[in-house]
Amino acid sequence: MDAEMKKMLEGKAEDIRVDIIDMLCESGSGHPGGSLSMADIFSYLYFSGSLNIDPENPRMEDRDRVVLSKGHACPVLYATLAEKGFFEKSHLKTLRKFGSILQGHPDMKKVPGVEMSTGSLGQGLSAAVGMAMGLRLDKKDAHVFAILGDGECDEGQIWEAAMAAAHYELGNLIGILDRNGLQIDGFTKDVMNTEPMIDKWLSFGWHVIEIDAHNFDEIESAISQAKEVKNAPVMIVANSVKGKGVSFMENECGWHGKAPSLEEAEKAKSEIAG
Amino acid sequence: MLNKDVQAILSDENKKAATRTAYGEKIAELGELNKDIVVLDCDLSKSTMTSVFAKKFPDRFFDMGIAEANMMSVAAGLATTGKIPFASTFAVFATKRVADQISSSIAYPGLNVKICATHAGLSVGEDGATHQAIEDVAIMRAIPGITVLSPCDGTETGKIIEYAASHYGPYYIRLTRSNIPVIFNDNYKFELGRGTKILEGPKATLVSTGFMTHIALQAARELSDEGIELDFINMPSIKPLDEELVLESAGKTRLVVTVEDHNIIGGLGSAVCELLSEKMPVKVIRMGVMDKFGASGEPMELIKAYGFDKESIKDKIKSLVK
Ligand SMILES: Cc1ncc(C[n+]2csc(CCOP(=O)(O)OP(=O)(O)O)c2C)c(N)n1
Ligand SMILES: [Mg+2]
Repeated sequence: MDAEMKKMLEGKAEDIRVDIIDMLCESGSGHPGGSLSMADIFSYLYFSGSLNIDPENPRMEDRDRVVLSKGHACPVLYATLAEKGFFEKSHLKTLRKFGSILQGHPDMKKVPGVEMSTGSLGQGLSAAVGMAMGLRLDKKDAHVFAILGDGECDEGQIWEAAMAAAHYELGNLIGILDRNGLQIDGFTKDVMNTEPMIDKWLSFGWHVIEIDAHNFDEIESAISQAKEVKNAPVMIVANSVKGKGVSFMENECGWHGKAPSLEEAEKAKSEIAG
Repeated sequence: MLNKDVQAILSDENKKAATRTAYGEKIAELGELNKDIVVLDCDLSKSTMTSVFAKKFPDRFFDMGIAEANMMSVAAGLATTGKIPFASTFAVFATKRVADQISSSIAYPGLNVKICATHAGLSVGEDGATHQAIEDVAIMRAIPGITVLSPCDGTETGKIIEYAASHYGPYYIRLTRSNIPVIFNDNYKFELGRGTKILEGPKATLVSTGFMTHIALQAARELSDEGIELDFINMPSIKPLDEELVLESAGKTRLVVTVEDHNIIGGLGSAVCELLSEKMPVKVIRMGVMDKFGASGEPMELIKAYGFDKESIKDKIKSLVK
């Protein structure tokens, strides 16, 4: 990746992080930790040109699809979609408010660019499997991306979907696992150990690529490699820092689902910009 | 007395068919006409009869293995790409096990998924309580936006499947295992939110659905022979209910009896009570499973033991109209 592209993506990730903090501060509730951990990957997906999408035509038939299976992290999706022009940025401050298109968890009927309604963990990967099957039946080239949480992988349905995706050889399905090591009650290793994660996906018949979720070169190479795999689903295991970019939120399960106060938001934003 | 308007749509009832068989045949027929129809099943295709479609259209049939939660959300994903997924398994697994997947992945986004659940009710028989769905209608009715349909015979099943395939939105279609008489001939037309008044009489209104219709209809005929003439209504459309028909009849008879192969909580009887208690308070007696689990046995033996067979219906109505 050239320096100019990297700089642009870093800038977008920064904007997304600032929007996440602003919208959560304004709403007074929501999920910062798992939103911040995905900001770099969302910046790459939506601004590097890697997704075939059109904000002017959000239902374009051939489009690539992104399913946020870990729906609670919707601030990162909303901030990204607004930045990309799917809807007016002014909506961001209506997050979680009555009458808003930006529900506490994503509603595909309300928000252009949201491909699946999620929030009940464990279901988005299955929906992505269905999309990949449907697109393949129609002989479309499009890819389906599913963003999972590592805590979410406690759900049995994730592994049902994992089996089905491999069984049907869904080469057009790419999972991205936000392996931030935290869920609500604490570290995943203490709450419910899902390790060895890589071995699990491999043994379920997936192609696995492990990356640093905050390194654009690694993100880029993983996604281009993943697109080359034609006969199996790919899981990009993205080692991330929950709360990335805000020192007092990083690796703190207390910041999973708590909004920052005004002062905390100011501090957070100065760190992100710094 | 036979409702004069229904003469033309009644079959001779010598033919028998299970509604699941009618489903299997119809969906295979529709698959020919509409290439967007896809079918999913959870290792029960030989029982739900989706195997007929699977054989004809292997590329559009997906066996999802014994993983019902995944099947429902996969069906939702398929629907987002313009497919019309029919997802089938036994009614116990298609509802209780996956209520959240149906609610969150299918109903909340309002996706075009048709859940065709077979082996509903005590009439499953020998497999016993774990395989007899007696709360499926209650669960599905309570989820916003789902149309809940319960055909009484092979003809009605075929018409309902055709209707569902050509109308957008999430549907729950309740099918049965055992062979039952074919009540309607091919002139029968299904309309959403419409029931059929087969018999007419002043003494009471008897409403039934699904597997119980052929039994309740027989009870009503025999009562008529004994001089107790009733309105007999077959109600395939549980949500939305045919409010007009129920109100019209209840207003006349002032006594309503409902019969269903389902818990008396949350099913057809509840739907009728909800309507009448708000719009026309009259006495309603709900017959069906009295909030108990099922058991192994032959279908008719069970329905008798649980107190909603033909004789029980007749006895109940006689005691009420006296
Ligand atoms: C089925 C279900 N159970 C529980 C919850 C409540 N919940 C929301 S987020 C969360 C933890 C998720 O952890 P993880 O998947 O690791 O997400 P991340 O760390 O990326 O935020 C839980 C338990 C839910 N949304 N859905
Ligand atoms: Mg996590």
